[in-house]
Amino acid sequence: MLIAIASGKGGTGKTAVATALACALARTGLSVACLDCDVEAPNAHIFIQPDLVHRKPVEMLIPHVDANLCTGCGECAKVCQFHAVVVLGGKTLVFPELCHGCGSCTLVCPEGAIKEVPRVMGILEGGLSPDGINFGRGVLNVGEPMAVPVIAQLKKWRDLMDAEMVILDSPPGASCPVVESIRGANFVLMVTEPTPFGLHDLRQAYDLTRELDITAGVIINRDGIGNSDVEGYCREVGLPVLLRIPLEREIGEGLAQGKTLLEIHPEYEVTFRNLYTQIAEKIAQSAVIDGVQ
Amino acid sequence: MKQLVILSGKGGTGKTSIAAAFAHLLSLDGVPLRAVFADADVDASNLELVLAPRIIIREAFRGGLYAEINWEICTGCGLCKEVCRFDAINARSMPKFHQQMSHHYPESGMSGVQIQNLPLVDPIACDGCAACYYQCPEGAITMQDQIVGEWCRSESRYGPLFHAVLHPAQENSGKLVTLVKQQARLLAMDENYDLVLVDGPPGIGCPVIAAASGADVALVVAEPTAAGVHDLQRVLETTNHFNIQTLVCINKADIYSAGATGIKSYCEDRGIQVVGKIPFDLAVTEAMVHGQPVTLYAPGSPSSKALLEVWGKVEAILHIEGKQ
Repeated sequence: MLIAIASGKGGTGKTAVATALACALARTGLSVACLDCDVEAPNAHIFIQPDLVHRKPVEMLIPHVDANLCTGCGECAKVCQFHAVVVLGGKTLVFPELCHGCGSCTLVCPEGAIKEVPRVMGILEGGLSPDGINFGRGVLNVGEPMAVPVIAQLKKWRDLMDAEMVILDSPPGASCPVVESIRGANFVLMVTEPTPFGLHDLRQAYDLTRELDITAGVIINRDGIGNSDVEGYCREVGLPVLLRIPLEREIGEGLAQGKTLLEIHPEYEVTFRNLYTQIAEKIAQSAVIDGVQ
Repeated sequence: MKQLVILSGKGGTGKTSIAAAFAHLLSLDGVPLRAVFADADVDASNLELVLAPRIIIREAFRGGLYAEINWEICTGCGLCKEVCRFDAINARSMPKFHQQMSHHYPESGMSGVQIQNLPLVDPIACDGCAACYYQCPEGAITMQDQIVGEWCRSESRYGPLFHAVLHPAQENSGKLVTLVKQQARLLAMDENYDLVLVDGPPGIGCPVIAAASGADVALVVAEPTAAGVHDLQRVLETTNHFNIQTLVCINKADIYSAGATGIKSYCEDRGIQVVGKIPFDLAVTEAMVHGQPVTLYAPGSPSSKALLEVWGKVEAILHIEGKQ
């Protein structure tokens, strides 16, 4: 089962929830993998404390033009949708940061003058945590614009996706890196806060889950601040609120120091096990509905 | 004209609340600054919730090409699937789609198996690279563009605001950010504004690079937590990579004093100026609920006092002509 933790707004507590859920489930004896897909700002390792013994560079194939064979015909530049290949004064130039690695230029070159060479844009790191969680994360190199290939390769790396339970910590937002992260998930758990910003961004995230046709539920974090509009919205659209985590100085301070919610409040182990039971029920319900349709 | 961008690696550190407070504060000065605002977080555009603008121009944002296969022409050779590197053609089962098609296609005389084998493009997975379009020997593929969002020019109580919404699951947020910023800059240049204030997205990837490009100064909002310190380092490496003068302010500075001290020494070691500490203050959330900058809603609050000081320093560093 693949559960993705997402949120439109940043800093709502995705990582705190993902790591607590992973730890609580690992303690039940299930095989659990946790993937940190927030490759721009990955933080789950701080809480899970894995021994990162496995490493693999993330490479993308980009074109390399053999100047001896290139006639400067410009076919490559014509097919490139990303302006990553340009022909200037009969010379073909490649801009690696713009390249999406689609290989189209290589396929159309009539002279066979383009070969593809790997370019490193990030790294995958993984290993076991003290709780026995099979952990993996992607780290995008500084200055690289594209997070998606790093996420895509993380999701295919080693045996991470084979675990009985896969918990996936998504980046914030609602565009391509989030899509790549939550694609294929059985359930999306959206963490929000009960404020106008939280509500606005929850709508975006919820629209995304509907677009991708994935069952979703909500966790309200810092419950007690703001107002009740998030609750009202969830009721209105039929989004279940599965858990409320109160605004508490102790929690804030503990998370700041890199403690998991389970370390701060040991009773949360049961809370998160129950959360999982609720999620499993929601997935089962939606499977029944799909079957009927 | 100067350009200030507010960034943070980690989300939820308070970028937008700080941008809104700056918008208010710069309008208060003895000689108020004239500023144009750009919300460069198109995934979670929240600045308008505080600046309460009136929209005067609303334009569609087109982008996000995707491939479409004409089954009347397609021979099912499978070359498109072979060249696609984004698993966008028949890679994942799309049961609902196939179901719809089997309702739609019985009149074609095709069997269920034939329908199953037709190449299908998942428009969400499609990167728009057009490799399949150029390789299809039958010319059965066309590239479609679509409206993937919209951008607006609005009038807010503190000046013009440019903002945008990217529809869920869409690409090109970097391009939309660039567009929003370009529009803000053009107006600022045409009408002699003093400042373009850009409220940036979290992270370090494409929308952040787009938001930060061309900035005179980046103000990074850091949170003194283990995760916040880790992300701060990554965003500072990013602004350094692009040679942008960078300042740091520490928000919610008192939730973990060891973290705040760590940020200070990290910045001092690298010659990065820390322009202030803002304490954790529930007045910030209350102001947000009331749709107001905290400096307007609760001017006497600890956070407002700290923000006034931070803004004073940032303004001095920006060296805006006629203000010094």
